[in-house]
Amino acid sequence: MSVKVMIPTPLRPHADGKAAVEFQAKSVAEALDQLTAQYADLKKHLFTEEGSLRSFINVYVNGEDIRYLAQENTPTKDGDTIKIIPSIAGGSVTPTTTENPFGEVLQN
Amino acid sequence: MATPIHTSIAALKAREKLSNEEILRYSRHLIMPEVGMEGQLKLKAAKVLLIGTGGLGAPLGLYLAAAGIGKLGLVDFDVVDFTNLQRQVTFGTSDVGKAKSEAARARLSNLNPDIEIEAFETKLTSENAPELLKDFDIIVDGTDNFPTRYLVNDACILLGKPNVYGSIFRFEGQITVFGMPDGPCYRCLYPEPPPPGLVPSCAEGGVLGVLPGIVGSIQAMETIKLILGRGRNLTGRLLLFDALEMAFSEVKLRKNPNCPLCGENRTIHKLIDYNEFCGVRGEEAPTPDLKVPEITPRQLKVRLERGDRLFILDVREPHEYQICNLRGHLIPLGELPRRVHELDSSQEIVAHCRSGKRSAEAVEFLRKAGFRKVHNLKGGILAWSDEVDSSMPKY
Repeated sequence: MSVKVMIPTPLRPHADGKAAVEFQAKSVAEALDQLTAQYADLKKHLFTEEGSLRSFINVYVNGEDIRYLAQENTPTKDGDTIKIIPSIAGGSVTPTTTENPFGEVLQN
Repeated sequence: MATPIHTSIAALKAREKLSNEEILRYSRHLIMPEVGMEGQLKLKAAKVLLIGTGGLGAPLGLYLAAAGIGKLGLVDFDVVDFTNLQRQVTFGTSDVGKAKSEAARARLSNLNPDIEIEAFETKLTSENAPELLKDFDIIVDGTDNFPTRYLVNDACILLGKPNVYGSIFRFEGQITVFGMPDGPCYRCLYPEPPPPGLVPSCAEGGVLGVLPGIVGSIQAMETIKLILGRGRNLTGRLLLFDALEMAFSEVKLRKNPNCPLCGENRTIHKLIDYNEFCGVRGEEAPTPDLKVPEITPRQLKVRLERGDRLFILDVREPHEYQICNLRGHLIPLGELPRRVHELDSSQEIVAHCRSGKRSAEAVEFLRKAGFRKVHNLKGGILAWSDEVDSSMPKY
């Protein structure tokens, strides 16, 4: 039941720079649990303090938004790919003025 | 099957003919059956508004002007600076200091004098957006911040205009088309912006210069396809580009039936205050308590020259240290909690970063950890360069 979780560039620094990690998981929740257990730093980026997925993080199983499947209970099977896609806003980001891993430009 | 084209685009009618010069200029389009004379006249009749003339706006402007889009509008309030030249290829070194919208207009007019180009040297706001957008057929979002992206989206939906969307971050790009009939909008994809400053780190900024070139070029291609009414556009699909892996992939984008803007029971009927919309969710990075003790660059210089024993703590990232440094002890802000033992609380410490923001957090952290003699270098390396040593590079 190997499921591949793709990690977007903004979050890779919190996952040892990895682009993808594989887990044995029967659902999205199981895969994300294992992901955040392995990379504790990722947890606060993906989940609110109440434990729900942040509204600017979308999760897709084989290209389909889990909001239109069974949310985090969406089942996964061997060979599935889970994509984590955060909202990014960059367009002409001035290097070193970005304070936020998702591309918001803040002059500092 | 081709996606149904937007009514405003479908209404594009060739009103003019091409001159012999134009026929020569566009000959590589004209000899393609997918464009041909009919397509080229559609391009000539089209009016496209570019929001932002920066990294994404550069290839957009160049390719759309070259392709013969009849009217291009360029919205930007910013001024060209040296750090733009690494990726904003519309501008030359001699443009530094000029208004971007005007510098871009001059460059694009030189590229194609046969088209009409209008520069709007203004920030797009809820007040001016309806007036600015109304005369254009397609809006292309090449902005760089969440408030403007939500503003562009909302204005496009309320006015019924397609919005060719592209965004980038470091090595990653996202491209789609919002605002098509029955298609999703940006709020369907992301109902809310992220709270900025979730993990503040100047070091996580930056973008590889080629990336906006690629993403902006894809936006230009989608814009042209919309005008020609050819092929399958990105409506309902979010195209993802990972430059490090050199991989394209896509995910399905659905129109959210409960979308507050384009859903059946929409609650948003006019443009709102987008800074507030993003701000209430913490648009300003959680500014650390700026009341930490500070030392100015000049004061620091005097004290160093006097021979005071000061421990300089640099809380930037190693790659920033390589650009320039004050020969301080390097502990990146993120590593400070577990490396705090490297510091001697009996010694007087001056913490610094690039601009003084991260080091203020470091000082705050150290004070809470019991350090009493710790100061923040006000304005960081940037201020040091301005006030003490102009040979210190700024970045």
